[in-house]
Amino acid sequence: MNPELMRMFWPFAVFVIFLFIMGTYCIMATFNLIRALIGVEILVKAATLLILLVGHVSGNGALAQTFVITLIVIEVVLMVVAGGVVLCLFRHNRTIDTRKLNNLKG
Amino acid sequence: MAINIILLIALLLASLWTVMTIRLIRSVVGLAITSAILSIIMFKLDAPLAAVFELSVCAGLISVIFVTTISFTQRLTQERLKLRRKERMGKFWYLPLIICTAAILLSFWRPSLNFQFPAPLKETDARNILWNMRHLDLLGQVIVLLAGAFGVVILFKEEKR
Amino acid sequence: MPSLLILLPLSFLIILNLPFRDILQRASFWVVAFFCLFQSIAVALHPFIFWSALPDPYGPFFSFRLSVDNLSLILLFSIGLVSFVSLVISRYTLLDNKQRFNFLNLLLIIVIGMNATVMVTDLFSLYVFLEVTSLSSFILISLKKDKLALEGAFKYIILSITATLAMLSAIALFLLISGDTSFVAIYGALGNPQHVFFSKLAIGLFICGLLVKSGIIPFHGWLPDAYSSSPNSVSVLLAGIVTKVSGVYVLMRMVVSVFGLNQALQDILMFLGCLSIVLGALAALGQTDFKRMLSYSSISQIGYIVLALGCGSSLAIAGAAFHILNHAIFKSLLFANATAVEEKTGNGSIEGLGGLAAKMPFTGITSLAAFLSTAGIPPFSGFWSKFIIVLALWQAGQYTYASIALLASVLTLAYFLILQRNVFFGKVASGLEGVREVRVGLIFPQVLLAVLTLGIGLFAPFFLSNFILAAGNILK
Repeated sequence: MNPELMRMFWPFAVFVIFLFIMGTYCIMATFNLIRALIGVEILVKAATLLILLVGHVSGNGALAQTFVITLIVIEVVLMVVAGGVVLCLFRHNRTIDTRKLNNLKG
Repeated sequence: MAINIILLIALLLASLWTVMTIRLIRSVVGLAITSAILSIIMFKLDAPLAAVFELSVCAGLISVIFVTTISFTQRLTQERLKLRRKERMGKFWYLPLIICTAAILLSFWRPSLNFQFPAPLKETDARNILWNMRHLDLLGQVIVLLAGAFGVVILFKEEKR
Repeated sequence: MPSLLILLPLSFLIILNLPFRDILQRASFWVVAFFCLFQSIAVALHPFIFWSALPDPYGPFFSFRLSVDNLSLILLFSIGLVSFVSLVISRYTLLDNKQRFNFLNLLLIIVIGMNATVMVTDLFSLYVFLEVTSLSSFILISLKKDKLALEGAFKYIILSITATLAMLSAIALFLLISGDTSFVAIYGALGNPQHVFFSKLAIGLFICGLLVKSGIIPFHGWLPDAYSSSPNSVSVLLAGIVTKVSGVYVLMRMVVSVFGLNQALQDILMFLGCLSIVLGALAALGQTDFKRMLSYSSISQIGYIVLALGCGSSLAIAGAAFHILNHAIFKSLLFANATAVEEKTGNGSIEGLGGLAAKMPFTGITSLAAFLSTAGIPPFSGFWSKFIIVLALWQAGQYTYASIALLASVLTLAYFLILQRNVFFGKVASGLEGVREVRVGLIFPQVLLAVLTLGIGLFAPFFLSNFILAAGNILK
């Protein structure tokens, strides 16, 4: 194992943790459906960075790269579907505010 | 290493702006910038293929999807914007505080990082790995895309009224 | 041969979407029905078809390193069965031709996703196919574009993506410590004492994600909404099998053959399982909507499976596998009953109904069978799986949990008695005098499932010794 690479790991990991905090906060604090999706996107970015970082550090960069490509394809399809659901919700309710969308209770 | 840190800080600031800005459309722009910076970082981490994907798909396509959705749904007037600004400030200025606290906490703590890695794969070309070893994932991608196509057919079609 | 179960539906899917739309749309129902029955029957006869012995004959590109063991065989059988029931129900409830065609295609996709989830041996491929499954279930929930269904779908999307991202971070950490993502490599790396911190973090993240996906009590927020608001045939599919595969089965597979059980994990799983059993049943007591009550009952039954998994002995694992099968049968049956009632009375509420057993004899009798099976009354099959679970808990010395599991059956009985009294027994409510039995097509799946639950219950010793107890052997 390469100590040079290992020294790189921790600062990157700290920023990955920051991104996770931000994404989670964005999902929790907002009342807007689209902003919740943006929070999810930030979480996905954090996961992407983490996978690549881990691959780079442990010498499996190419494997990690294939994972990230697959992840990006899945992510974009998920966002399309989620955007479609938001659009349909808007057509029904004329709003995308979660405070006005509480017909279902857990 | 210094350039990596600068890039990471830029990534952090861009995503902070994405979360905290008031207008949704600016938020989406922030997301695209975050993606672009992330793709530079990916390039620095020896992942050029994934970087291209990130730049074209995440910074490009996803922004288009978000902008489309927003343009269908949002109509913010000036006074509602002012109202929104007030309530957001009350809610979102905790976030930089949380980040700073987390930074201070994390700076005190060093996990031991002496790993013993098994020998990495001999194959170092991502394309070969994808086609020769991870073809189940490729099949999965195809199926996800098919499902997405049905999702578009079902969800984006306007009802006849 | 296992890859056949992925490639066959995929090729059907492609063929169905070629040109000649009219003919293919008409044929589509029979094609999907054929596949579902093929899967169930082929799996049930598994000793005679040499499942994993035969190498894949379609060249190296289509050999996916899948593996099938006794636990996955039980799951594969349930997938075929529940998909078939959901398919039959969709024929009579989704009346729009195009909508039904879309449903059939998505059903094939979700079956591919579930089959692959059950058989993969690699953690990242597992993630990919979990996403296939959950993505198609999002679309299926919002198939009719009801207001409530869309809200349920959005809640499910946000929670499910967050859960899978936690799992994905865990996968990244596993990649760090083991250099690969196959189950064998991770199992080997977890034994290395140098990575204790990262392996614990990764296992914790992964299990949290799975608990959200299976809807255990503190993480259950999305489940009743998604189940009760989706179209009827989709509710059958979701409650019967989808969350069992994408949550509970993956949890079992991971805990049993990758992570290994330790004391802390056992305590957490058993505690959460028990919490779900009791709180799910209590919440079901207070519901007034038929499908919503069944959703909470589903949470309660998932609790039994997780409780048995936490116990961890070979007998308990077999009981958990058996309970997954039984749950697939009786919960689909109950949702089929709910469909029949909703078809005839027009809404899903259980208030203002009554006396439907006289008007709809088949629905009445089969729902009675399902509810006795759920509550664990002999000779129905639910009795045997609960009996095995309680027995295993007792053998392991977990007397408190065993008695809670027994006593919770009384709660199950209570909420189903409320349901039966409100809907099927008593005097015929006003306005329902003209109600008739539903058409044969909707009676058929109910009778099929009722016969199955009774048959498995009556011949339980045979099934137990030949199929179910073998599932416990997957313990290392």
